[in-house]
Amino acid sequence: MSVKLTASALAIAAVAATSAAARDQVQVAGSSTVLPYASIVAEAFGENTDFPTPVVESGGSSAGLKRFCQGVGTQHTDVANASRKIREKEIKACAENGVTEIIEVRIGYDGIVFASQKDGPAYTAFTQSDIFNALAPKVMVDGELVDNPHTKWSDFNADLPAEDILAFIPGTKHGTREVFEEKVVAAGCEATGAMAAMIAGGMSEDDAEDACLEVMADGRAVDIDGDYTETLASIDANANGIGVFGLAFYENNTDKLKVATMAGVAPSTETIATGEYPVSRPLFFYVKKAHIGVIPGLKEYAQFFISDELAGPDGPLAQYGLVSDPALAETQANVDAEGAMMN
Amino acid sequence: MSDATMESTVPAAPKSSLHRTDARTRKRHAAEKRFKAYGIGAIAIGLFFLVVLTVSIIRSGLPAFTQTVVSVEFTMTQEQFDAAEGQLFKTKAYSAAFNEALVSTLREKGLEVETDAAAFERILGKTGGTLREYYRANPEALGEEVDFELSASSRVDGYMNGRVTRDSMEDSRFLEAADLDIVDALIDAGIIKETFNWNFITGADSGVDNPGGAGIGAAVVGSFFMMLVVLCLSLPIGVAASIYLEEFAPQNKFTDLIEVNISNLAAVPSIVFGILGLAVFIQFMHLPQSAPLVGGLVLTLMTLPTIIISTRASLKAVPPSIRDAALGLGASRMQAVFHHVLPLAMPGILTGTIIGLAQALGETAPLLLIGMVGFVARGYPEGFIAGFTDPNSAMPAQIYTWAARADVGFYEKAWGGIIILLIFLLTMNILAVILRRRFERRW
Repeated sequence: MSVKLTASALAIAAVAATSAAARDQVQVAGSSTVLPYASIVAEAFGENTDFPTPVVESGGSSAGLKRFCQGVGTQHTDVANASRKIREKEIKACAENGVTEIIEVRIGYDGIVFASQKDGPAYTAFTQSDIFNALAPKVMVDGELVDNPHTKWSDFNADLPAEDILAFIPGTKHGTREVFEEKVVAAGCEATGAMAAMIAGGMSEDDAEDACLEVMADGRAVDIDGDYTETLASIDANANGIGVFGLAFYENNTDKLKVATMAGVAPSTETIATGEYPVSRPLFFYVKKAHIGVIPGLKEYAQFFISDELAGPDGPLAQYGLVSDPALAETQANVDAEGAMMN
Repeated sequence: MSDATMESTVPAAPKSSLHRTDARTRKRHAAEKRFKAYGIGAIAIGLFFLVVLTVSIIRSGLPAFTQTVVSVEFTMTQEQFDAAEGQLFKTKAYSAAFNEALVSTLREKGLEVETDAAAFERILGKTGGTLREYYRANPEALGEEVDFELSASSRVDGYMNGRVTRDSMEDSRFLEAADLDIVDALIDAGIIKETFNWNFITGADSGVDNPGGAGIGAAVVGSFFMMLVVLCLSLPIGVAASIYLEEFAPQNKFTDLIEVNISNLAAVPSIVFGILGLAVFIQFMHLPQSAPLVGGLVLTLMTLPTIIISTRASLKAVPPSIRDAALGLGASRMQAVFHHVLPLAMPGILTGTIIGLAQALGETAPLLLIGMVGFVARGYPEGFIAGFTDPNSAMPAQIYTWAARADVGFYEKAWGGIIILLIFLLTMNILAVILRRRFERRW
């Protein structure tokens, strides 16, 4: 028996060796925020064209871009999804591995919302300053920069409930974390005057900007490295917790979550599209130009993704919660022309 | 004095008697009773958790096996077909044609419902894919009336099985409270009904906005091909390695080192094998990503130590007298092993292999890094060889992916997937028990 099995094992190995070179499906990896949209497009792409359904993996923007930048060749991914713009050092890392031509595709915008248990404490209105006062290691109290003394939300804003501060925020491998830091924490840092106080205290402007992004690591801010379902589970278990979600995820779970306004604006696709809601970010995917023509359907996938029928305001992506990009036509023209990013 | 004589004539009471339990015996008996109680308590706690787990799995998972369908006859004309095929987003055109037909059917039947096309878009699931597939495969059906049972949207499905109620729902893009009136009318008319969800057992994964169309069938096939690779590689390699180590290898520092390493490998976290798989099989050997072949190779590495350890144990359990007798009658060492020892050890080897396979079947972590976890909706492979190389997912990976999705419909699917996976694991374990019972020899 063993002899037969070994023979078949050898046969498999031989088959594998011959077929290793060919890959006929587009391989995508990256942001878990973009994953739902990419999977909708991938399914529709498989149903509507004669190309095979692309494979879309999750894992976070940074992880996706890292894999994307590992080189050119069918063993590497073709597309990286990202919920933030590619960084300079990532472009450099790409170039070092021979990935010199990258096509950037902006698919639309996504809002970041603060939500809590539906029947939990009345977290209904936040400002950036509230989040900063709750989570930053150094805050302004009576005009002085001191170590954060707050333990309850009501300590610094009488309108907020007298509950222990607990926030579930995206982990550092997620692109969402960067947006959270820059558009919420840093904005609160500036608004409360903490940044000015830091500079007045002898910090350089750059250092103060970096210090403004910091979040306390004493257990009140919990990094969630997984998907939003993990954040939802944490919120379910902690009535006093608030969580950071994508708008689309919140809209799918309105029976469990209630959302808070940010600086007086309720998050919705409309307020995000007009720019009124302050915490939104563009979503991207990056295409390896060297793979166009090698991997069948790669360019078609990119074109299909950002076509008016899918990414437009009436398409299935907007239906799921993506805020469509008013400048979609420019992106379409760029993808048609295979315009790579300028380094 | 007489007192003293009395005392000396009456025999001293024996220190212990078999008729009387003394304190020490009672203590020992009490300890034994306590120990029995602990044992029963432990088993009771175990059983309690087993029952809680089983009940919660079945209760959460059963809705995945039913499906809310919209059952209606539909005629697609050649013109509609051509118009739809001429568009970029063809499936949407199919859905639109179907919605239109549904609205007019309802009017004909005289149903007093609001015939708002947008409402029907919310009630119906994604129907376009199924329709396009059907008409492309059966062009002769164009112009004919065909009975379709197409899945309703995830929220309507939730309304049918009690997950969504009128009180708990809020108006949203996905479903409005007014739509439920239409749904109620359609239920009364027998157009919306619940059926057994065959698609869940046979289908492939679907996009995040289409939980009704998701199935675990393709992932079962992926798991099957992976297990085939694991079986074909780890059984011969594992058995050969164990026979050599147990029967032929000299006892020295080098073989000791190998032994220690095998035991160590059995304890290595499985994610490590995934990292190894990505580095060696995909990036160095250029094997295809997301392929069951690579998944199988990675799981082989993980299963090998288990198989080697159990095989060696069952070889050791064969009494030396059998080897001695064979050698004494003039058999070579190889003949002694292959004619006598191996057949006697086979039940143990098979049991170990099946348990190793069951372990590999439920493993997700090593698959994370080789691209088998994510949206892999390829469907069935187009042949035996393609089964190894075409991208596919595996059962535990599919469950993990579903559990991470926003729509609650997928949460049900994840539990349903767990039921299917458990059925497979249970079957394998029962097979292992039967093999052991049937063929085990005692000396």
